[in-house]
Amino acid sequence: MRQLLALALLVVPVALYADPVMAPEPLSYTQLPDPAAEARAQALMQTIRCVVCQGQSIADSDADLAGDMRAIIRQRIAAGEKPEAIRAWMIARYGRWVSYKPPLDPLTWPLWAAPVVLVAIGLLIARGTLRRRRAA
Amino acid sequence: MTLRTVRILLWLPLAAFLLILALVAGGLIKPHDAAIRSQMVGRPLPAFDLASARGDATRIRAQGFADGKPRLLNFFASWCIPCVGEAPQLLALKRAGVAIEGIAVRDRPADLAAFLQQNGDPYERIGLDDSSGVQMALGSSGVPETFLIDGRGIVRSQHIGAIGPQDVGDMLAAVRAAQ
Repeated sequence: MRQLLALALLVVPVALYADPVMAPEPLSYTQLPDPAAEARAQALMQTIRCVVCQGQSIADSDADLAGDMRAIIRQRIAAGEKPEAIRAWMIARYGRWVSYKPPLDPLTWPLWAAPVVLVAIGLLIARGTLRRRRAA
Repeated sequence: MTLRTVRILLWLPLAAFLLILALVAGGLIKPHDAAIRSQMVGRPLPAFDLASARGDATRIRAQGFADGKPRLLNFFASWCIPCVGEAPQLLALKRAGVAIEGIAVRDRPADLAAFLQQNGDPYERIGLDDSSGVQMALGSSGVPETFLIDGRGIVRSQHIGAIGPQDVGDMLAAVRAAQ
């Protein structure tokens, strides 16, 4: 009997008890009735990072807080709020880290300029090589 | 290209290798801190109005924090295991005269009552944050987390994770400094 009990304890994962027992918010797993509003909410959710499962968007994460974030986004979109206003609300709380969509500002401009600069350097190198080849 | 430039250029791969080595070694010595700090520190406590977890009619409102007395605002839950480890430190802070308000995240009053009976109850009031709305409004990303709110209702600091025995002294000093 005692062995059976020990076995049962091994089988039941203890971490199961470390999860909230409450049912998720309805809007965290339910789409909005208006397809256009749902599309706006989805687009935003795919570019907001989960603060628990870092590296996933809240659209992909099953963390409870991600679910609550999806619910709050759907509620606010349904209430007519602009997605970018909701993103700004998130950034004001969790920092720029929370957004997958980097803004163009003094700190991030190298990120946007880098591709252009790299293509320009590539063109310069190509021009030099072609000229040399033609001269030869 | 002169021989001299070629000689200098030959050292470049080694220099690049050493640079990468330093970068990797640096990452090993100082591990990446994955905690996401709240941006609300230094700003007024966002408005909220929560029902009491104790089953009485009192409400836990953000306005109540701007009454001249600094307080700790502790996010916790009965399902949160590190919160059990934190409980003795919260009780010690309460004994030292610190006012602690609790916000229970996604929790049921019956589970909370059992949790408080087992681990002690350091809270003046406990609000029920069923949809993590207040947690998000404060830029908090988990439980337990503790915010220090000064007497004017301004968020002064955030402590991520359980308050350990080694943190009690600093926290007490911070509360007194926020007077």
